[in-house]
Amino acid sequence: MPDEEKPAPEGVSSDQDAASEEAKKPAESRAAAGADKPAAAKAAEKPAASSEAAKPAEKPAAKKAPPGMATTPWEGPLVDRLRERFGDEITEFSTYQGDQFLVAKLPAAFAVLQYLKADEGFDYLVDVTAVHYPEKGKPFEVIWILYSHPHNVRIRVKTEVAEGESPRSADSLYASANWLEREVYDMFGIAFAEHPNMTRILLPDEWQGYPLRKDYSIIGQDEDWVRENLNIESGQ
Amino acid sequence: MAEATFLDTNELVLNMGPQHPSTHGVLRVILKLDGEKVLGTECVIGYLHRGVEKIAENRTYTMFNPYVDRMDYVAAVSNGLGYCLAAEKLGGIEVPERAQVVRVILTELNRISSHLLWLGTHALDIGAITPVFYCFREREEVLKIFEKYCGARLTTHAFRIGGLQYETYDTFEQDCLKFCDWFLPKVDEYEELLTTNRIWVARTKGVGILNIEDCKHYGVSGPVIRAAGLEWDLRKAQPYSGYEGYEFDIPTGQAGDTYDRYIVRMQEMRQSVRIIRQGVEKLPSGPIKGKVAKVFKPPIGEVYQSIEAPKGELGYFMVSDGSTQPYRLRVRPPSFVNLCALDRMCRGSLVADVVAIIGTIDIVLGEVDR
Repeated sequence: MPDEEKPAPEGVSSDQDAASEEAKKPAESRAAAGADKPAAAKAAEKPAASSEAAKPAEKPAAKKAPPGMATTPWEGPLVDRLRERFGDEITEFSTYQGDQFLVAKLPAAFAVLQYLKADEGFDYLVDVTAVHYPEKGKPFEVIWILYSHPHNVRIRVKTEVAEGESPRSADSLYASANWLEREVYDMFGIAFAEHPNMTRILLPDEWQGYPLRKDYSIIGQDEDWVRENLNIESGQ
Repeated sequence: MAEATFLDTNELVLNMGPQHPSTHGVLRVILKLDGEKVLGTECVIGYLHRGVEKIAENRTYTMFNPYVDRMDYVAAVSNGLGYCLAAEKLGGIEVPERAQVVRVILTELNRISSHLLWLGTHALDIGAITPVFYCFREREEVLKIFEKYCGARLTTHAFRIGGLQYETYDTFEQDCLKFCDWFLPKVDEYEELLTTNRIWVARTKGVGILNIEDCKHYGVSGPVIRAAGLEWDLRKAQPYSGYEGYEFDIPTGQAGDTYDRYIVRMQEMRQSVRIIRQGVEKLPSGPIKGKVAKVFKPPIGEVYQSIEAPKGELGYFMVSDGSTQPYRLRVRPPSFVNLCALDRMCRGSLVADVVAIIGTIDIVLGEVDR
């Protein structure tokens, strides 16, 4: 869109690029430490990045999973209580841009939610969603966003899930989890255990494939389903 | 199982929709009935699914901005505000004050137009035909302001990451104030038509009750939870875009029924007028766009940002991998989550009430299905 350019301020690049450059640093240094050919790896990465900036619409074939964000530790009485109760079942307490989140191990995730609801006043499950990182050992991250009406606090509970693993459904704690978890199943193929109705919600029941996985192409669709049910050839 | 009636009728399964005038789009509700009584419902959704979240992963942040208008298309400005706030949080961008105030004014105008559309169609569903003409007459004036500001009436794409694209037009302030003065008596007019109307009261009082505990359990937000009596509004609880600098009340109900939700929304329109007036009064001069790189490239990270949209809590969960495109963008749609409580609200009521209850949740299927 050409109108996007017009009033863009002069000194545009300075803050922004510096910030993203800084965020990249730990990733690169880690890559350098791990890889056997650090210089080559770096050289390969640089041109890829610049070409991407030039042609933003074109997606690189395989996107790298985010290596890590510049988080700060999250401390407070709630964190202390959770640490005391769950010990090393919770592996991380962090904040980023004011958002607080914790990472729990999969078997403990349900117990953490249960505790947060029953004893810490997190009475409102805002959202359940997932992110797919194909390069990671456990490729999925399931995220519950919780809010506490009495304390006006919002936190995220995250857990890593491997292909085929089933996190326990939060449906028995929050009725809102019912549809939200079905959507996660629909889009990512993560089946929640003990969910009363683990079926697709937005896509047709017979649909094959999980669209929000990274290996699912943007124009990909279940062509057989389209042919059979809509009597048309896929337009793409 | 239902108790046997004197006719000993069997359970009847009735399909309502997807093409049905009172489902506000393409919502299919499967009703399990015992005579006129609803034993249970099941929603079938997804007819309007366009894969918005997938599209986001394949567009740059800037390119995706207009897409959000197509979710809740009667409150496109609110969608855009939520999206821009999330992207700004992710990129650490500060928005100049003038842009913030203009955003608030337009968003509140949008809240009024969204509520007007809801009121008109909801009354129409229940059988009051007159209000819809009045509502559309007033809504037209809001859309005219949008059109003068950005050239579009419905899918406005009014905001950009970092601020605004357009400076306000010459008579923007006067138009807003004129609208406020002219609009307030109109709200009284609607209330005269409906609030004490015996048919309206009979059709809405005690219908589709959802108490606070149920609201929390089902994750319901917005006017529906306020009608149940919880004074909770994200504009006050977790202010954004400078809402902490405005004086307004949070209207609440008590019974949590269809009638209270109607009253709450009527009051909200009056409160929006208050906010618009304050916004116009304090509209400062200055730049309308913060410092944003031409190629917007937020650092690696993830944020969740939500706003009080006309229908409830609208949230965006954004994950950045440091490139120009979102690695993952999740939209937390208020309509989708609120619709989940439909079954709870319908059980035990009459078939005719289902129409009233679908209307009172105020859903837009474009947002439910995304």
